[in-house]
Amino acid sequence: MNVRRLYALAFKETLQVWRDPRSLAIALLMPLMQMGMLGYGVSLDIKHVPLCVFDQEHSQASRSIVDSFVSSGWFLISRTLDRQPDLRNVMDRGDCNAAIIIPANFSRTLAATGTASIQAVFDATDVNTTNIAMGYAQGAIAQANAELDAQWAASHGVLPYLVNQVDLEPSTWFNETLDSRNFIIPGVVAVILALVGAQLTSLTISREWERGTMEQLISTPVTALEVMLGKLIPYFVVGLIDAGFCLAAAVFWFHVPFRGNVVTLFVTSLLFLIVVLGIGYLISVHIRSQLGASQIALLVTMLPTTLLSGYTFPIDQMPAPIQALSLAVYPRYYVSILRAIFLKGSNLADLWIPLLGLSVYAIVIIWLAARAFHKRLD
Amino acid sequence: MFERLYVMLMKEFLELKRDRWAMFRLVVPMIIQMLVFGYAATFTVYHVKTAILDLDQSQASRNLISHFLATSRFDIVDVAKTQSGITHDIDHDQAVIAIVIHAGFNRNLENGKTAPLQIIVDGTNSNTALIALGYISQIVAQFSADKSSRLPISIANTTVRPIGISFIARPWFNEGLNDRWFFIPGVIGTLTLMQVVSLTAFAIVREREVGTLEQIMVSPIRPFEFILGKTVPFFLIGLADIALVISFGVLWFHIPFVGNPWVMLLGASLFLLAALGMGLLLSTFSQTQQQAFALNFFFVNPFFILSGFAFPIAAMPSLLQWFTVINPLRYFLVVIRAVFLKGVGVAVLWPDLASMALLALVMLTISVLRFRKSLD
Repeated sequence: MNVRRLYALAFKETLQVWRDPRSLAIALLMPLMQMGMLGYGVSLDIKHVPLCVFDQEHSQASRSIVDSFVSSGWFLISRTLDRQPDLRNVMDRGDCNAAIIIPANFSRTLAATGTASIQAVFDATDVNTTNIAMGYAQGAIAQANAELDAQWAASHGVLPYLVNQVDLEPSTWFNETLDSRNFIIPGVVAVILALVGAQLTSLTISREWERGTMEQLISTPVTALEVMLGKLIPYFVVGLIDAGFCLAAAVFWFHVPFRGNVVTLFVTSLLFLIVVLGIGYLISVHIRSQLGASQIALLVTMLPTTLLSGYTFPIDQMPAPIQALSLAVYPRYYVSILRAIFLKGSNLADLWIPLLGLSVYAIVIIWLAARAFHKRLD
Repeated sequence: MFERLYVMLMKEFLELKRDRWAMFRLVVPMIIQMLVFGYAATFTVYHVKTAILDLDQSQASRNLISHFLATSRFDIVDVAKTQSGITHDIDHDQAVIAIVIHAGFNRNLENGKTAPLQIIVDGTNSNTALIALGYISQIVAQFSADKSSRLPISIANTTVRPIGISFIARPWFNEGLNDRWFFIPGVIGTLTLMQVVSLTAFAIVREREVGTLEQIMVSPIRPFEFILGKTVPFFLIGLADIALVISFGVLWFHIPFVGNPWVMLLGASLFLLAALGMGLLLSTFSQTQQQAFALNFFFVNPFFILSGFAFPIAAMPSLLQWFTVINPLRYFLVVIRAVFLKGVGVAVLWPDLASMALLALVMLTISVLRFRKSLD
């Protein structure tokens, strides 16, 4: 390897980046804007479930049930219904995620038999929201039952029935407030870097082919290793700046708790950038048209990183073949590393499993990339 | 006009036919992605790794543990002996949930007192944690109910019974709460958006970059005809793609399709027009394929994340909710899910259909205007 040639190549590539300010601006601003949009956009926290109320009784008892839904804080009454067909209508239109139906003989049945039932209908097209809303509804009913029980016990002069039960004392570690942003935003950083990195390097070689400058490059004495390094170094700097932007936004703007140390973060991010840029370069060497290269880059980055990296969908809930496939999705290692550094304060030794995965990846990619470039025109 | 348009279409289809990888690139990735992501996208919580510390070792504590084992939601991976064993399990990712039954659990229950039960949750994945906590409270409520069933008791020789409300939850449109029914229609829309926008954006920029756009400009073809000639093939490809992945969803993943196929066709056509408009618009802002690629990344990813695909739009801050107004995928996801699962028609879906039509009209008009300007 000749340092002077490498320098010349890297310098040429830097100039090329520098003289295409539109692309450079996109490369530097895009991650920040995506952080802004995705950081705010990716939340699973349903704060207020829109609730429709179909109260067929309008008694004191039925109103107190509705009150217990409202006072739980998880529901907002969006409509009150008067007729049965309205129910089908509002659910079809998606006006509310849940509807409670109180039958006309509710308080009479409750007084006569000691038990009466309330139906709640959920729009289960969004299953996750429904699961969470059903949990909230169960909590509201439990609260109403506890109140009824206390009243009943007081009027009969006995101990409340529900006291004799197990009291749950949950304590949450690492993400104490159960704020979904705290676990998703480190994942967003990983996904954005994977996307931007592939986008930076995946057209570098195919561009030379399509513009016809490849013949000039081949006629120079550069070696394959020099081409790889010369092409990657400028983008590596851009990638580092991007990583700095995104991580700073996560900590200072979104206030994700940062409990680890900066050195661990830096080392792991370097390793991840090597993999990301190396993969873009490999695609670029092997596919000569920019269209083909960009489609492949899109294919191997956008959806796999979002869906198989574990940043939203937990990997351990996937079927075994898909879990095996996710081992090849390199952002999954960085997602779990970032999460552990941010929330658990893990150090390099704690992270040896994902670090091993990422290192193996980096070595294989660099080895392949260093040999990929051939000085042939056919 | 029709003759020129016909020639333009012939050219496009010839180009497609001569690219022997084109058909492969257009069809195979769609199917593979559909398969992989159809299985990967799930929020269900099963087999949560659970550690148990039973300091009571009584009949009641064993009974409680057997309640946990009776569901497939929790897998007991470790029976710890000490509190520090539990801490170790949670710290090292060996367990996500730890249940600590303190000494005196049984005695408290027997004496009619409240028996505390300590639960430690690794909240790193807050969604899993929240859902798992919901299951735990259900299991514990069941345990309490089994322990002392609601029998009538007698007070002063009269039989009375404690009162309580029973709760019947009925999830409509997806009774089994199968979240594949939610995600697969979303995957269909997302895959189509990605493919159509990038194909369209690149098609024009490539002509510009390779230099063949100049040849077309000196021909008598008009901008409108040129754009029509470029979009019709992609419209047809997009329709074929949607039909393919929808039948895959129905036949392979057994997603019920209760709605009217014509409503789906209408929704898909409007969505494709909007996606084509977006691709064309992106292409008028790019000089090189590199720029088109970057812009494509820049827009398609937020459109995908901010569409309601997985993250409810209602949970976003209002500024972002406003941004989703220009996102065609947002409307198409409403339409495709409603047609698949609810079986509703145009009477309910017209606001979403109209929004897509409006978006398509605006974006196509702007791109024709911008394109005409670049010709002058």
